[in-house]
Amino acid sequence: MNRLMIEAPQKGQKVLESLYADMQRRIGASPLGLCPVDMSLNFLRMCHAQTCGKCVPCRIGLQQLAKMLEGVLDGTQEEEVLDRIEVTARTIVDTADCAIGKEAAQLVLRGLQGFRDDYISHIRYGRCSYGLELSIPCTAVCPAHVDVPGYIALVKAGRNEDAVSLIRKDNPFVSVCGYVCEHPCESRCRRMIVDDAVNICGIKRYASDHAGETPAPVCEASTGKTVAVIGGGPGGLTAAYYLARMGHRVTVYDARRKLGGMLQYGIPPYRLPKDILQRDIEHILSAGIETRMKVEVGTDITLDEIKSKYDAVYVSIGAHDDRKLGIEGENGEGVVSAVEMLRDVGKGRNPDMKGKRVVIVGGGNVAMDAARTSLRLGASRVTLVYRRRVMDMTALEEEIMEAQAEGVEMRTLMAPDHVELDREGCVAAFWAQPQIISNVGSDGRASVRKADAEPVRIPCDEVIVAIGQSIRTKPFEEGGMRTVRGRISAEQSSFVPGSGNVFAGGDAVSGPATVILAVAAGKVAASNIDAFLGYSHVIRSDVQVPEPFLNYTPACGRVNPSGREIEHISGDFALVTKGMTREEAMQECSRCLRCDHFGYGMFRGGRCETW
Amino acid sequence: MVNLTINKIPVSAPENMSILEAAEQAGISIPHLCYLKEINEIGACRLCSVEVKGEDALVPACITRVQEGMEVVTNSPRVRGACRTNLALIMSQHNGHCTSCVRSGTCQLQQLAEDFNLIENPFYEDLPAGKLNWWNQEFPLIRDAARCIKCMRCIQVCDKIQSMKVWDLMATGGRTRVDVAGSISIEESDCTLCGQCITHCPTGALRERSDIDAVQRAIDDPDVVTVVQIAPAVRTAWGEYLGLSPEKATVNLMAGALRELGFDYVFDTSFTADLTIMEEGYEFLHRFQWGDMEKYPMFTSCCPGWVRFLKAKFPELTDRLSTAKSPQQMFGAVIKNQFADRIGKPRTKICSVSIMPCTAKKAECALPTMRDEGGNPDVDYVLTTREVVRLMKRGGVNAERVAESDFDAVMGDYTGAGVIFGATGGVMEAALRTAAYVLTGENPAPDAFRAVRAEGPADMPWREDRPWREAVVEVGGVKVRAAVTSGLRNAEALCSAIVSGAVKYDFVEVMACPGGCSGGGGQPILGDDVERALPRGGVLYDIDRNMEVRYSHENKDVQKLYEESLGEPNSLLAEALLHTDHFGWDMPGR
Repeated sequence: MNRLMIEAPQKGQKVLESLYADMQRRIGASPLGLCPVDMSLNFLRMCHAQTCGKCVPCRIGLQQLAKMLEGVLDGTQEEEVLDRIEVTARTIVDTADCAIGKEAAQLVLRGLQGFRDDYISHIRYGRCSYGLELSIPCTAVCPAHVDVPGYIALVKAGRNEDAVSLIRKDNPFVSVCGYVCEHPCESRCRRMIVDDAVNICGIKRYASDHAGETPAPVCEASTGKTVAVIGGGPGGLTAAYYLARMGHRVTVYDARRKLGGMLQYGIPPYRLPKDILQRDIEHILSAGIETRMKVEVGTDITLDEIKSKYDAVYVSIGAHDDRKLGIEGENGEGVVSAVEMLRDVGKGRNPDMKGKRVVIVGGGNVAMDAARTSLRLGASRVTLVYRRRVMDMTALEEEIMEAQAEGVEMRTLMAPDHVELDREGCVAAFWAQPQIISNVGSDGRASVRKADAEPVRIPCDEVIVAIGQSIRTKPFEEGGMRTVRGRISAEQSSFVPGSGNVFAGGDAVSGPATVILAVAAGKVAASNIDAFLGYSHVIRSDVQVPEPFLNYTPACGRVNPSGREIEHISGDFALVTKGMTREEAMQECSRCLRCDHFGYGMFRGGRCETW
Repeated sequence: MVNLTINKIPVSAPENMSILEAAEQAGISIPHLCYLKEINEIGACRLCSVEVKGEDALVPACITRVQEGMEVVTNSPRVRGACRTNLALIMSQHNGHCTSCVRSGTCQLQQLAEDFNLIENPFYEDLPAGKLNWWNQEFPLIRDAARCIKCMRCIQVCDKIQSMKVWDLMATGGRTRVDVAGSISIEESDCTLCGQCITHCPTGALRERSDIDAVQRAIDDPDVVTVVQIAPAVRTAWGEYLGLSPEKATVNLMAGALRELGFDYVFDTSFTADLTIMEEGYEFLHRFQWGDMEKYPMFTSCCPGWVRFLKAKFPELTDRLSTAKSPQQMFGAVIKNQFADRIGKPRTKICSVSIMPCTAKKAECALPTMRDEGGNPDVDYVLTTREVVRLMKRGGVNAERVAESDFDAVMGDYTGAGVIFGATGGVMEAALRTAAYVLTGENPAPDAFRAVRAEGPADMPWREDRPWREAVVEVGGVKVRAAVTSGLRNAEALCSAIVSGAVKYDFVEVMACPGGCSGGGGQPILGDDVERALPRGGVLYDIDRNMEVRYSHENKDVQKLYEESLGEPNSLLAEALLHTDHFGWDMPGR
């Protein structure tokens, strides 16, 4: 007589578990523009299938909610139903016994608030107010709308030069983005429904690494119009590049010695080697762009002078100033900001950290860069202090993993308390207050609160602060531009209201963001400046994308980037991540489902051939 | 050329050809439904799925290109089963009450269901109801959502051929459906009522509003005199439904059939086509000699779809339309005035019917500018070619037996120039023939202006970037720059070029339907996806060639009308009766 048994899942349960995993990926791969009411209904149905059936609100209420939503979608309901839906859902939230019912009804309530307009559109007009606008998920979610399936098809055909040329229609930073793009394009890749997202970023790097020499862009006939771009980072250079291609005379002003902005002075070379950045900058300049280096607006020239000298101005100054912690001891010797430290490294003035114990404060990509750079500068111990958990860090997961692998110690749930200085005023230790993870806020992130514990002392020689960047807006405020919360305020078209001829974009407007967002902003600015100058130039690529043949390949793992072995990290600033081999690149290309052709793409395209 | 096998039969086909076309060429037919060459190649219905060796899944033959060494199987149990299942799925969302459908007999879905012996459907019926199936039954264009199979052809035709984008996909997921684009109704849209979506619909989801019953009631009313006019292009196509050749299905045979149906008077719209040429031709010469064409040309105005298009998309060009009414409306005006006086009947006791290859004509006759002060319209009802054949069938009129009949006197004469109105370029050519005569006092050679014709596929479509035909013609020593196009996408390109100043013309003819009225939205639909506008237009040119009189100004009855009542072209009376104010009504939303 057995009292207990080893529990093994039944075959059916095993299959169901794998179906859960498939559905999770599938939901992740939802294209933009689905009907939110229809999705709510189907989520609700799934929730209802999870009901145990004990309690009334969950067992019956969810079913009734589903029927009402169905009525909305079928056009058989009047507007009063919205009240009934709300009352029912609220009752379920209030009276369901467990999370299964409560959260399911909550989901309906959130939708009722969040997209009430669509509910009403269905009821009144029998129509959904949402719709698939760009049918290719990767192209749709890429801020610059790069023709992803197009260039993947070209790489697959061995036409790397054409791939690069096609990408440059939307993004002149092909190489840079091949190395450091945050690749939002992969987040909705339809291939996730089959197995996993295509490694789009890696394919781009492969294309740029293997393209060889590419010709300078052909520019339109000169318009005689002049444009000044203030700030030669990714956004400014993108705008400059397209404006030059449109035939305008462009001059880029930059405060520093070299172009590239944060790409030059922020991203360390082990992630983005300087020659890779130079490759893109050289192509951009080959469009015929003038540069004025080491000219700072506000010091060397005023905004008004530039405004009067040029027909239009694009302000893309980025976010290069640091933010302070606001704690005791912050001004002591040995406390530096991450942007400052990384900028010094970018200039080739490597600070000496040999044998030092370094504390990094922050959990973003800049914090990871600072931490990993400190290791390379010879630090003996690097400790990263962060208020929340590793999973809450804003840095890319792969950056965090690489930092940990290289030996960065992560001390999470530690809020900065004060910096302890020695008698000479130099850093002696960093004090942190332990935190406890707490309620989830309206943004979906778990907040923290002070834990019932004493502050912790972390002995160290250097503190590097990486808690965000700010924008040096003063010279522009003096030039009459409005700022909101430390950012330049501009319309969605990039136009700065009331300025007459000034446009602004990138980090300076949005706050610190990514390369591809800066590129997208530069594109928007170029297009609208062109219109402002009275033209309607069209940017296109002559590259013909190969038509796909049947290429539905069986489920296959994704090629992930692999790292180089690092023997002695101190002093090793060489590139860490290896590029794909030809074999890997071809396999990865063949995983692309060609959404530009199959499915909705065939009907409605979605590829932006011109802009 | 690439070599492949289809069902083990060796086939060679040009590169880039689809499996479907390669198979058709080799005499192997693959079932298909949504596919419309060059217009709708989207692989939506999946009925053409075939086996290709080496591929796991079946592949759609319509959008898969042939490849060297390909081995295709179209007749395996797997292929037939898949096609049948997909067909049954389509049927589950289709109102299959064929007996109450105008397309019964020419419906491509019905034919496939029959071919596949789909007597019973295992799937649940899932038809739209309520709001999702509501349509204004008074509108000249009727859509039945329950018969729509979402093949997307209407969307593509309206976009790619007509550039109007009236139709679009609504919603996503299982509720995806075709409807009027944007959150508006069809009445609020820019729909030109060209009817091309109707003639390209594989099923009966789209049709014209039926006016047969109203016409029948008028015929049956002993107090009402029924007068019918037959448009030029109708004679090229009405026999198609009855299996009659164009030689047999003459307009006089139709006249005989209409008399047998009980119409009291039967006329040929070609008569007012000649009258239109007189009015429009003189108007053109006046405006031309004034120097009115400095900036923009004068446009023809006889196509109501084109007029609706112009007013919706290029309202700034409205005053460039000829003020001459269309032949239909001229006939209506003459019937309700001169003719009514002649037979001594009040106009309210006359029912004026026109048989048109067109759906937009149903809206034209209802315009506020096309009726008298009491609101009585000049043309009461318009029947399409499709409707008139239905009327004949239900009246038991056997076209094989009916004798040909002449048109009624007084307005019975017509010329070759009037007849070619039904083909693209015809109005222009007819107008130029008369203009040349007016300027020189001598008739030009009848075929002197054939440069504006589109007689074969080589003449259509035109160049991608300049989709219109142009000719500089010597008319009595004066150079007239003429342009002709048909199809509204082409018209849009032409208008844009005119507005931007890229091209300059004096006289421009536009017809909304590709190929002109012979390809009109009211013409027979045979369900075989064959475009017939050009061969039908050829019938009209043949008639013209064999006519004794080929100049509008030589139409005896037109001459008599001017002598007896109108005076001369563009006289005050002619202006009042035969011209219209295009600003007298608005397109929706303007």
